[in-house]
Amino acid sequence: MDEKSQHLDSIRDIKKMMERSSRFISLSGLSGVAAGICALVGAWFGYGIVHGSHGDEIRNNLLRLRDKEGDISLADYAGNSLLKIGLLTFAAAFVSAFIFTYIRSRKNHTPLWGTTARRLMVNVCVPIAAGGIYLLTLLKYGVFGLIAPGCLIFYGLALINASKYTLVEIRYLGYGQLILGIINLAYPGYGLYFWAFGFGILHIVYGTVMWWKYERNSGDESAVHNQ
Amino acid sequence: MKNPIEHLNKVFDSRIRLGIMSSLMVNEEVSFNELKELIQVTDGNLASHLKTLEEHKFVKVQKGFIGRKTNTTYSITKSGEKAFKSHIEALEQMLKFLE
Repeated sequence: MDEKSQHLDSIRDIKKMMERSSRFISLSGLSGVAAGICALVGAWFGYGIVHGSHGDEIRNNLLRLRDKEGDISLADYAGNSLLKIGLLTFAAAFVSAFIFTYIRSRKNHTPLWGTTARRLMVNVCVPIAAGGIYLLTLLKYGVFGLIAPGCLIFYGLALINASKYTLVEIRYLGYGQLILGIINLAYPGYGLYFWAFGFGILHIVYGTVMWWKYERNSGDESAVHNQ
Repeated sequence: MKNPIEHLNKVFDSRIRLGIMSSLMVNEEVSFNELKELIQVTDGNLASHLKTLEEHKFVKVQKGFIGRKTNTTYSITKSGEKAFKSHIEALEQMLKFLE
């Protein structure tokens, strides 16, 4: 019926505009997959260092650092290859995630940078920055066992916070990271495994599901349309 | 059953006005340029629709400056919110009515 479809269209338009103007909807599932792969590669290198031929040497160095004065300065850490791998992994994940989201925003004809993107960034960055400062303090006191769970917990909280400003499903990824981090607290020696599972596997699973749900039939105008 | 068509607000008949009202419902304020990008209309077209909504006192305008550029933002009024909500309700009623 013509009149009916006209009203349905109106309601669909209203919903779409509300979503578009208040949430950042260009976040691509492939970004999650790419970030997950980067994390797994990073964890692989990290594993090589922790359990490789130099593993004992590095661990002893860390222990010596911890026993030296109680506190460890950041300068002592700057040379640490694990920290370098961590930073490099983060940079690679960020760049590759950005590329896929950029491509998607082109496809959807939605601006990449606007009020919604800015709001999302602020709401992700606040918990991440607080977490970063907290984790650096843990490093300073040599509490290495709490670093990986800390990363997962703060990242999880950031994602849960972010879900109000982008695709809501990201909340489940946040809960996953949070739970993983809390479990990790009970197994402090296995941080690298938990870290790889959270940042690697969970990202890939989330990204694949999101891609399947929203982007599989490419050419779709926006995520909202597919619901 | 009463015909719900009388609750449909004629002012919200256009897609552009629907778009404006929808985005103002969920944001405290939206600038002219953001509205333009969201709805993808020309300046003149958007301005004339905003003017109509303004005349009905459904939206209010705030004129400000960012540096030397004018920055006009819009927000929804109490009566605008009420009118738009009952318009949506009427739309829903219509859909049920037509079934």
